[in-house]
Amino acid sequence: MPRAFSIAAASFLLLSTAAFAQEQCAAGKTLTDGKFTIATGNPAYYPWVVDDAPESGEGFEAAVAYAVAEEMGFGADDVVWVRSSFDEAIQPGAKEFDVNIQQYSITPERDQVVDFSTPYYTAPMAVLVSANAADTAPTIDALKGLAWGVMGSTTAVPKLASTIQPDNDPLIYGDNADVNAAMTANQIDAALFDLPTALFLSAVMIEGSKVIGQFPADEGDNPDHFGMLMEEGNPLKTCVDEALATLAENGKLAEIEAKWLQDATGVPLIK
Amino acid sequence: MTRRERYEAHQRRRSLVIASVSSVTVVAALYFLVPLTPGWSKVQQSFFNGDTLVKTFPKLLEAFRINVMIFLWSAPAIAVLGLLIALARDAKSPALFPLRIFGAAFTDIFRGVPVILTVYLIGFGIPGLGLPRPWNSPYIWGSLALILTYSAYVAEIFRSGIDSVHHSQRAAALSLGLSERQVMRDVVLPQAIRNVVPSQMNMLIALQKDVSLLSFIGPVEIFRQAGVFKSLLANFTPYVGAAIIFLIVTIPATRYADHLMARQMRERR
Amino acid sequence: MPKLELQGVVKRFGDRTVCDGINLTVDEGQMVCLIGASGSGKSTLLRCINLLEPIEDGAIFLDGEDISIPGLNPQSVRARIGIVFQSFNLFPHMTALENVMLAPRRVRGLTRTELQPEVEALFARFGLADRMHNYPDQLSGGQQQRVAIVRALAMQPEVMLFDEITSALDPQLVGEVLDVLLMLKKQGMTMVMATHEMGFAREAADKICFLDSGRIIEEGPPEAVFDHPSHQTTQAFLARALK
Repeated sequence: MPRAFSIAAASFLLLSTAAFAQEQCAAGKTLTDGKFTIATGNPAYYPWVVDDAPESGEGFEAAVAYAVAEEMGFGADDVVWVRSSFDEAIQPGAKEFDVNIQQYSITPERDQVVDFSTPYYTAPMAVLVSANAADTAPTIDALKGLAWGVMGSTTAVPKLASTIQPDNDPLIYGDNADVNAAMTANQIDAALFDLPTALFLSAVMIEGSKVIGQFPADEGDNPDHFGMLMEEGNPLKTCVDEALATLAENGKLAEIEAKWLQDATGVPLIK
Repeated sequence: MTRRERYEAHQRRRSLVIASVSSVTVVAALYFLVPLTPGWSKVQQSFFNGDTLVKTFPKLLEAFRINVMIFLWSAPAIAVLGLLIALARDAKSPALFPLRIFGAAFTDIFRGVPVILTVYLIGFGIPGLGLPRPWNSPYIWGSLALILTYSAYVAEIFRSGIDSVHHSQRAAALSLGLSERQVMRDVVLPQAIRNVVPSQMNMLIALQKDVSLLSFIGPVEIFRQAGVFKSLLANFTPYVGAAIIFLIVTIPATRYADHLMARQMRERR
Repeated sequence: MPKLELQGVVKRFGDRTVCDGINLTVDEGQMVCLIGASGSGKSTLLRCINLLEPIEDGAIFLDGEDISIPGLNPQSVRARIGIVFQSFNLFPHMTALENVMLAPRRVRGLTRTELQPEVEALFARFGLADRMHNYPDQLSGGQQQRVAIVRALAMQPEVMLFDEITSALDPQLVGEVLDVLLMLKKQGMTMVMATHEMGFAREAADKICFLDSGRIIEEGPPEAVFDHPSHQTTQAFLARALK
């Protein structure tokens, strides 16, 4: 390569983007060179992704994803979206994405199998009740007596057992849609979700249901931190963490959270 | 020992040696070769983790009691309903024509729809109509879904059993002055039921496994309990534990069904 | 009045005419033997008399009463006419005693206790007293066939039909079953039997009917039919059968 051209090219890169350092960080570490492949749920729900269209950048996780990508030096056009299920993502073996963002709670056990970025959100748990139980007081004592349902593959299961300790064994479901169905069929009174999910369900999915309280995000031994999931040992992790640290420092992450999840604080703390 | 007996004894020894050597070779090959695969340590960590198995097994066993309970009340209901459907489908009187149509539609529908769909539709659908507690319990309606689906299959097996009773038995009974109903009840059905016991055993084994489908509508039976552990521990070993518990029950049952089947084949010869 | 009378009985299976206008009278206490080649219509005729097969044309009278009116409930007629089959057709899931008691209990409405003396006497009479609690597969062919006869007799029929009841038996067992028939004849039972046992037919029958292609082409006392058959087909059949 002629020397003059490479100098010109280097100068151009230096001038054109402030993210030169990050570009170097991610260079050669992604599945496809120059592209950043991000996985999300199928389908992905509001308020994480608006209209199941992460490409729009609308919704909390979609916005975080593009912010991180930008920090790492990828243009919006360089972001490639793919879909994955929970099980697919925690199986050992090669991944078909660089990062996976779909409200993964970071747990030490999961961390042995896959890698997580530093948290991009700390979700408080909240209690959603059916129309019949809408008058229940937001106290542990009052909540004990309800018929509980919960989604089986989240940390809500141990949370329910350790904090509320319901009088009757809870029913457990495979996904949120089934928890909804059970609540609609009046088989359960109450369910435990992270706050944004609970708000969405009460507003859109289950008629007459109400979010009656939330737990403090820092209470208990295991508050839910959402992290981006990566293949175990993925060298990209440092780049993603750096990007998230920058976004937290400059207040951009808080801004995104305020924009997409701001109404969350309308719910009282459970005593 | 005659010449022939000596020959046969020799042949038997030979077969035994060949069978033993080939079995040992296959097992040894699996035992030594599989761990050499590049992903083995990860797979072992995820699927065959001894600590996880020990930690979760008692809870899995406890959850299995729910499977047994659902099985125990569903199986008799399936036997009764299956028999009634079989009889309805074979009803000859024109007044019972609607019953025949109903029986045919019933078997077509419930054999044609995947069990899990039936469990969902009935388990969530019927309680959704507004039944009060405890009558909207997923245990009741989930079990009903199993009962309806399995009755459809069991009914077809009963019908084949009824067909398997030779028509001369019917003729003999009729010639004595028995009515069609008496012939069915006293002569045909007892033989038909006996003929299909092995096939129905296989249905019971399948039912025992399909009870787990009720986990989709809430009950925390063994499959769901294993799933909860899987999510908590990010490890698939609890599923292996559940599989072991299922096998402990189903292998003897399967052997027994095969034994019954073999005995019946011998008797028919 | 004859005990049993057939007038122009026609039975068809699809296009195939199996009984082609059969006339037959059987008097009270008479034993009539139907002989003829396999497929000549003997078995079908017996099944028609028992109303196991509906007839296409003609009529069947029992004590002068038409029992073949289409739509008539056959149950009460079958209770009065017993039939025994070549293949015994005992119910394999019942003991000999249960086989025999089933129909009287269900049709005559009697209890086991009420039936016990009567049925035990029947078993004893036919040399089966020690076989009452055996299942059919524990009995020899001859014993099974005798149980089948007892089963039919327990309904106290007025007419007995026998459909080649010794054909499925080993030769050494034929005698014990034929002896039963002689006993019944002595008691005055009205009987129609299809048989290949020419010796027995000649000795025991009051009347022989020779069937060919669904018709009775020759009938009469045994001596007449066996010694002086008038029809050529009968002569050929007997020549083969008696060889």
